[in-house]
Amino acid sequence: MIGFDVLVGVCLGYVAILFAVAFAAEQRAQRAEVNWLRSPLIYTLSLSIYCTAWTFYGAVGYAVRSGLEFVTIYLGPTLVMIGWWWVVRKLVRIGRTQRITSIADLISSRYGKSNLLGVVVTVLAVVGTTPYIALQLQSVTLSFAVLAADEGTTLNPEDLQTTALIVAAGLAFFTILFGTRRLDTNERHPGVVTAIALEAAVKLIALLAVGIFVVWGVASGPADILARTEASRIAAWQPDGARWATLIFLAAAAFLCLPRMFQVMVVENADERHVAVASWAFPGYLFLMSLFVVPIAVVGLQTLPEGNPDLYVLTLPLALGEERLALLAFLGGFSSATSMVIVAAIALSTMVSNHIVMPIWLRAGDPGAVVSGDVRQVVMVSRRVSIGAILALGYLYFLFTGGTGALAAIGLIAFAGLAQVLPAMLGGIFWRGATRVGAAAGLILGFSVWAYTLFLPSFGGTFIMSETFLAQGPFGIAALRPQALLGMEGIDPLVHAVLWSILLNTAAFIVGSLFSFPRPLERLQGAQFVNVFEHSANPRGWSGGAAEAEDLLIMSQRILGSKEAQALFRTAAAVQGKSGDYADITPEFLETLERELASSVGAATAHAMISQIVGGSAVSMEDLLAVADETAQIMEYSLRLQEQSQELERTATQLREANEKLTALSIQKDAFLSQISHELRTPMTSIRAFSEILMAGSTQEAEQSRFSSIIHDEAKRLTRLLDDLLDLSVLENGQVTLNWQDADLHDILERAVAATTSMEGQPRLNVLRDPDAESIAFTTDADRLSQVFINLITNAQKYCTAEAPELRISVTQAGDGGGVHVDFVDNGAGIPRESEAVIFEKFSRLSDKSQAGGAGLGLAICREIMGKLGGSISYQPSEAGTAFRVILPQREAQAAE
Amino acid sequence: MAKRVLLIEDEPNIIQAISFILSRDGWTVDTHADGATAVAEVERRAPDVVILDVMLPNRSGFDILQDLRAAEATEALPVLMLTARGQKRDRELAERYGASRFMTKPFSNAEVLDTVRALTEA
Amino acid sequence: MSRPPQPPVYLERRSYRRRRLIDAIRLLPFLGFILFLLPLLAINGSDATGGSTAWGGLYLFAAWAGLIALSAGLVRWLSHFDDDEPEEGPPQ
Repeated sequence: MIGFDVLVGVCLGYVAILFAVAFAAEQRAQRAEVNWLRSPLIYTLSLSIYCTAWTFYGAVGYAVRSGLEFVTIYLGPTLVMIGWWWVVRKLVRIGRTQRITSIADLISSRYGKSNLLGVVVTVLAVVGTTPYIALQLQSVTLSFAVLAADEGTTLNPEDLQTTALIVAAGLAFFTILFGTRRLDTNERHPGVVTAIALEAAVKLIALLAVGIFVVWGVASGPADILARTEASRIAAWQPDGARWATLIFLAAAAFLCLPRMFQVMVVENADERHVAVASWAFPGYLFLMSLFVVPIAVVGLQTLPEGNPDLYVLTLPLALGEERLALLAFLGGFSSATSMVIVAAIALSTMVSNHIVMPIWLRAGDPGAVVSGDVRQVVMVSRRVSIGAILALGYLYFLFTGGTGALAAIGLIAFAGLAQVLPAMLGGIFWRGATRVGAAAGLILGFSVWAYTLFLPSFGGTFIMSETFLAQGPFGIAALRPQALLGMEGIDPLVHAVLWSILLNTAAFIVGSLFSFPRPLERLQGAQFVNVFEHSANPRGWSGGAAEAEDLLIMSQRILGSKEAQALFRTAAAVQGKSGDYADITPEFLETLERELASSVGAATAHAMISQIVGGSAVSMEDLLAVADETAQIMEYSLRLQEQSQELERTATQLREANEKLTALSIQKDAFLSQISHELRTPMTSIRAFSEILMAGSTQEAEQSRFSSIIHDEAKRLTRLLDDLLDLSVLENGQVTLNWQDADLHDILERAVAATTSMEGQPRLNVLRDPDAESIAFTTDADRLSQVFINLITNAQKYCTAEAPELRISVTQAGDGGGVHVDFVDNGAGIPRESEAVIFEKFSRLSDKSQAGGAGLGLAICREIMGKLGGSISYQPSEAGTAFRVILPQREAQAAE
Repeated sequence: MAKRVLLIEDEPNIIQAISFILSRDGWTVDTHADGATAVAEVERRAPDVVILDVMLPNRSGFDILQDLRAAEATEALPVLMLTARGQKRDRELAERYGASRFMTKPFSNAEVLDTVRALTEA
Repeated sequence: MSRPPQPPVYLERRSYRRRRLIDAIRLLPFLGFILFLLPLLAINGSDATGGSTAWGGLYLFAAWAGLIALSAGLVRWLSHFDDDEPEEGPPQ
């Protein structure tokens, strides 16, 4: 006989152990000693919150009523886990790369951060989970009452309600304490997960202990149990194929869609490799959990034919005088109930807070303060209040329905409700064409059909739907009878509801997706979700170096808050074995810092911010795009909250334009850098190769001098290129100072021609001029202008293909403010029409005769100079040969006359 | 019999340098400077190793490499890819299209020599 | 600037083996589904005298255990491959 005090004492002691374990795990996690906390074993055990009190106690009752059907509830998840490569693996990767916080967040993020979908899924989850929480409270109080009754204390209904209240309050306390200790965008709770893993072990051991006792203690081994099964009424069970398959499907769907399962499976996952282990270990756990269900049911039926089969796990050991075993069983049931409630409350509070409370708060307040410290405070408070509210809701539900049998049926009904998320979820991760409209249509239709065909009828005509309504349909329309839509009679109500709701849900989802057009953000997210393994295959790395610790600290303080930032830097310094506040900027540290920042401002922004400071590595095009996308998301989000649709339209356009400009710039920059690299490396290659040959010695004298002269030429080519590049960059950046002076056009042309014809080794070019027309006095920078002329003349020297190359320079005064035209026309073949557009671009060397010298920067420099001088240079396509026209501004020409 | 290298490159000085280094080591070096006819040239000469520049007149080295890998006769021919652009993307493309080795200019003579030797010994 | 020798272009035996192993892992849930649906035929087909629940259960648990063992074996095998090449390939 267990004393009542002992019972309460054991309960409290067990709870104290849970608190201690959670606390210790939390401490270790903060000191980053998480090795064994992050083991696949803990992950596998944490998944077992799938097995609630409903399955711990209820499976035996289920077996008594429906034979082997109870295993379907475990077979569904088994198939999902065995098939981890398909879905779970992908969900976990998406959860990590997209920093998904809940199933509502998954759906919302996938469909372009749609808050509507977030709200729909959240509401669905709350509706589907609240009765479930009530069910757990009921099981704890019932089992408590059973043990108390055995001791002789009969608990009246008020006492039971008090017990439930105490349990609910205790759970709320635990959940708030360990579920909202700190705000971390990973939403991981090592303390909670460890406590739950412990509870998972307790419930497995408890059930196995009862099972072993029954098989070898009561019966005389497996053969005896088999014989007894054959003799019991369980043997008369006839499986219903449709129901069997439907239940397996339903359990599989629920396993993926239940908010608490998503929490432990995806959000709390610390390492993707754990999924691989859990893929067989968790089915193993389920296997063990169900192994002794039938034996317990069979022996229970024989020993306690009048008893409640739902409590055989507890009453059977009691009836046979095994009180310690009963106590263990009680703790197992207690563990099942509490762990489910804790995780469900955390998952739901995250959803409620992120998708309902925060948007409302943001709309009411100043949306500018998205990253500031007080938001964190608000989030924390809203989480805590949500947890309290969810448990209160569960308790109230228990109060109003408690004690009746209605709760027992709720398990499968809740499964069917949450399974409505499945099409949107699977469609979202496998089909890029899935859209927000389709997802919303499917979810809402599926949810409605579920409520109409299953949830409301489950009250048996006492809630909203009357019995007449159920029997004859609305307004007597038989085709709309909730449990026989379109006259589909005679099938199991659950199968009927699941069939219709999932079918219509999927159909609406597909049709809605096919006929709607996704917004850009949706398409982007769609691609990132569906192709998550391509997008996340190469983690971006940092090559540290130039970054200044102080700059990083200043930036981090702005984002994380000064205390957190300093602590972070100090910890890193300590890890590196340094004293003081500044850690060395190692690649590891940069990655840690980036992760921390990312949890506040988003991954792309964090990456871009750090690369700004680190300097060395340029911001890549992907980074710029990602920043623009993130900005777009934030802007879009806050703006939509304010319902300023016009503003949104305008901002979206601006962002799109900015994005396009960034893209174009970045592509140009990339191409430019790659060209420079090529132009610099090519002469360097020859120089290096021939220097090495010379250094190795053993070359003949003739070779030596030939190679030396190649080195000499290539070095000159390199110098020329660098000069040009410097010149161009000075001109482009506007840092050039022009030396304005009075000058005569004739003198400048004279100088240019002299400079070019005196160059050694240049081909002979006959320059034709008209000195009289050239004598025009004006104000300009004579050196720069002659640089332009020299460039044009050398071009003719290099590229004129005529046998007797000839260049005509003619000067004309255009009237009416047209300025002075200086035309350079040679007798060569001209420039191909398709190339005319690009000749003034950098590196646009048309022929491949690179030996002609220069890197194709000459005309680009000319254009820059002429722009600075207030004139222009253009190509004249109508002329016979290659013709350039330099226009000098009229104003200066007149001013000097 | 001396093994033969086909050098597909358009910079005259680099052609001179590589030819000199390899000839001194006992290789027969053929050169070719045009991208458009490079594949035909490889088929005609059937060399033991090809050294292939990326930036060629008329046709990119990557296109040439793809063609070589698609043809049965040159599917497994050792190809040393050279580029002066020095970008990660070039290396990735070279790997994807099946270059046996990849080198960024400027290279050291010993490296070229070692690589060409290694490619023919394997 | 030469780099260490590049991996060969053509798929090695090893990564070919790894892909087929992944194929097997992908197929497991379908095998499971078939195994789990079979007892329906057996129990329904046995003249419904009721004696088959126990044997149906035995079959079910045996199939279940076999599936778990198979999955564990394949995953362990896969982990040998993934120790040194965590690459992600498209299905072949």
